[in-house]
Amino acid sequence: MDMNFLEFEQPIAELEAKIEELRYVGDDTEINISDEIQRLQEKSRTLTESIFSGLDAWQVSQLARHPQRPYTLDYIERIFDDFEELHGDRAYADDHAIVGGIARIDDRPVMVIGQQKGRDTKEKIKRNFGMPRPEGYRKALRLMQMAERFSLPVLTFIDTPGAYPGIGAEERGQSEAIARNLFVLADLKTPIICTVIGEGGSGGALAIGVGDRLNMLQYSTYSVISPEGCASILWKSAEKASDAAEAMGITAERLKELELIDSIIPEPLGGAHRDMDTMARTLKHSLIESLDAMARTPIDRLLEQRYERLSSIGNYQEQ
Amino acid sequence: MSWFEKLLPSKIRTDSSKRKSVPEGLWTKCTACNAVLYRAELERNVDVCPKCGHHMRIGARRRLEAFLDEEPRLELGTELVPVDALKFKDSKKYKDRLSIAQKNTDEDDALVVMSGRVNGIALVACAFEFRFMGGSMGSVVGERFRRAAEYCLAEDIPLVCFSASGGARMQEALFSLMQMAKTSAALARMSKRGIPFVSVMTDPTMGGVSASLAMLGDINIAEPKALIGFAGPRVIEQTVRETLPDGFQRSEFLLEHGVIDMIVKRGEMRDKVSQILAMLTRQPAPQIDKQELVDAEPESA
Repeated sequence: MDMNFLEFEQPIAELEAKIEELRYVGDDTEINISDEIQRLQEKSRTLTESIFSGLDAWQVSQLARHPQRPYTLDYIERIFDDFEELHGDRAYADDHAIVGGIARIDDRPVMVIGQQKGRDTKEKIKRNFGMPRPEGYRKALRLMQMAERFSLPVLTFIDTPGAYPGIGAEERGQSEAIARNLFVLADLKTPIICTVIGEGGSGGALAIGVGDRLNMLQYSTYSVISPEGCASILWKSAEKASDAAEAMGITAERLKELELIDSIIPEPLGGAHRDMDTMARTLKHSLIESLDAMARTPIDRLLEQRYERLSSIGNYQEQ
Repeated sequence: MSWFEKLLPSKIRTDSSKRKSVPEGLWTKCTACNAVLYRAELERNVDVCPKCGHHMRIGARRRLEAFLDEEPRLELGTELVPVDALKFKDSKKYKDRLSIAQKNTDEDDALVVMSGRVNGIALVACAFEFRFMGGSMGSVVGERFRRAAEYCLAEDIPLVCFSASGGARMQEALFSLMQMAKTSAALARMSKRGIPFVSVMTDPTMGGVSASLAMLGDINIAEPKALIGFAGPRVIEQTVRETLPDGFQRSEFLLEHGVIDMIVKRGEMRDKVSQILAMLTRQPAPQIDKQELVDAEPESA
């Protein structure tokens, strides 16, 4: 099984393998089989389209966690110029699970903050699998407040399984760090645009996810608890993760229906990892659009709208 | 059954599963020290064991009744009732879980809000009902809390919240998560206006409630030995594969690590909170009825 393909993509993987084989044969014998290759490529494309048009919530969450999925730094590299990474919370440490700094997008200076996962084992450990500790959230807070001071819009990229559940994290006030960010972001006097690029894991995601726009990449997820966590608590079995994923409605499509997010940013066929450059271009376009829209709104009005928006979230009946 | 018990004639033998339970009535047992307690005395002591000082969990309504002056009291947010917008179903339907919780607790949802006075200091107090789906925060809890804060803003009076919650309510999925942002935003408004918020964390205060409104007090208070934290001890143990240190995530641990301002015993809560709020709102010291302090539990440790 090719590591690039998920289980539900196996029919595509087989077809791609066949194409690869034909190419190899083609090189070898100089027989013109390009027509056949072209036919199979077309078939592969149709197959991918059909598989990806009917993904369930659990399949989407696998894509959101795909090992090849672009991470925050992949986007920063492709979208921004002059990125200067800023380190540390000025109190305890520099948490590598959150990266942040000043950069230019389309010549405009902004503050970029995002969770960062690692690609290989060594980097995964360095990035703590994208699970921030309190110092990570406090670094983010420091950068957000700096952005406010210098009137830089804040762009956040959300991609985390959740805040790290560790002894040290609890000792240093994981709860307080997250709560503080929610509190400050609610009233931060600069535009904030949040994009879920992969996994939006609970409070650990929300801590950099309160703002004026909340957008999601097509195959990203956002949920109150991981499908596995939810399943093991409510179904008493982590194996029911796909049921939990469906029940919680964690996909961009469902959350848009529920009006919990503003827009869905379309991904290339087969997911963002199939074509990072195209994905980055689409995302850049969406970010610039949001920035433009917000630049026209006076900051007081923007803060009022942000409060209204947060206040209106919820389903209840009024008697 | 041990070999010794097997030797006993059946008349003397007691079923060990029944042995521990004390029938509802005059007597009850402390859940910590196992001392047999006179129920009326325990109730007078707001469920703090007179023998060992253990603070047992108490319901939201009893909590507020013990905290607020008898008059005046006005319950807020009763117009809000929960709905199952997602048609959520696990092993049970959310709708059914709601009706069971409502029946068992006599509450519509997990937060009770009342405006009133404490030793004459006007305020709004809210309390989580832990028996209502683990005191979990969904849309109704979030909205009641927000309205409580808005009421405080309109009346220019402080807010006190007693939390007891496992976190965000999974059955309302992302709506629940967003209540963290919503309640925090409401508290940010109060803070900007200089209206105090006192957060009292009781056993247990975990997850999304701990990581939002509960940690945002101008003053953070905890009851003795309450479990307070972000991740549950079991999750942490599974993640780090280490045994957790003694007293981990308890109030005393949080005080040691600088997360809370103080630990206050239940019997002293009214006086402490009213004194603090009177200072923060620059009012004269409240009239404290010393009678109350007589009942405070003896300190054993």
